[in-house]
Amino acid sequence: MDRIPILKMGDYLLVTVQVDMHDRLAMTLQEDLADRIVKARARAVLIDISALEVVDSFIGRMLGSIAAIARVLDAETVVVGMRPAVAITLVELGLALPGVRTALNVEKGMEILRRSLGHSEGNGNGAAAESVAPPSEADAER
Amino acid sequence: MLRDDTLSLRSSEDIVLIRQAVRSTAVDLRLSLVDQTKIVTAASELARNTLDYGGGGTVRIEALQDSGRRGLRLTFEDKGPGIPDLERALKDGYTTGNGLGLGLGGARRLSSEFAIESRPGEGTKVTIARWTT
Repeated sequence: MDRIPILKMGDYLLVTVQVDMHDRLAMTLQEDLADRIVKARARAVLIDISALEVVDSFIGRMLGSIAAIARVLDAETVVVGMRPAVAITLVELGLALPGVRTALNVEKGMEILRRSLGHSEGNGNGAAAESVAPPSEADAER
Repeated sequence: MLRDDTLSLRSSEDIVLIRQAVRSTAVDLRLSLVDQTKIVTAASELARNTLDYGGGGTVRIEALQDSGRRGLRLTFEDKGPGIPDLERALKDGYTTGNGLGLGLGGARRLSSEFAIESRPGEGTKVTIARWTT
């Protein structure tokens, strides 16, 4: 069965969706990600959808579920790279992806994650790094 | 000759094939990128309804040309249980399944034309069209 690959980079999991997903593939991705977050002790998930020409309510709902599942497992999610035509269509469809953080591209997405993990820089222990960071600096960036 | 195809809709893989067929027809008709995306997304929503609530069915994809303007008409037909309360089914957030209840209302907003016929016990037929703007 085909699967969407999940890459691990430090505390982060990276997913690039490059195919038009059928429903089962989307469900498998959701389960695989939940699994990997726990096994890899990931603190963050970055999902690149720049190759997706269409995001319908099913995929939209899946992105929302992934973000919610990750949150429950103490990981942050950012969805990056949405095409402008997809954004226009999603909003007209009535789906503004509540609860899903988005960023324009991978670089900006990583920046958001790095900031919200308290400059952990992928050193394998975000919580410790957060307590080391000067509180004043962390507050200023929020 | 203008395209006129009927595809069958039996599985979630068929939804992917329908999205691709609608996309390629929209590209041939030189619809704008946003219009292409809207009609493909509407097709995806309606195809899923046909599959989930109608138990599968068919989709007819027609390329249209009418005094200078070009368009795309899609007809989704199933022989499922039908929709007893159409007005309610068109409301956002109303669903009898597991979805978000955005399919019908969303597809209507994404289309230039929208028509639905449904008879309880006989099935449902949804027709949408998108014209070049």
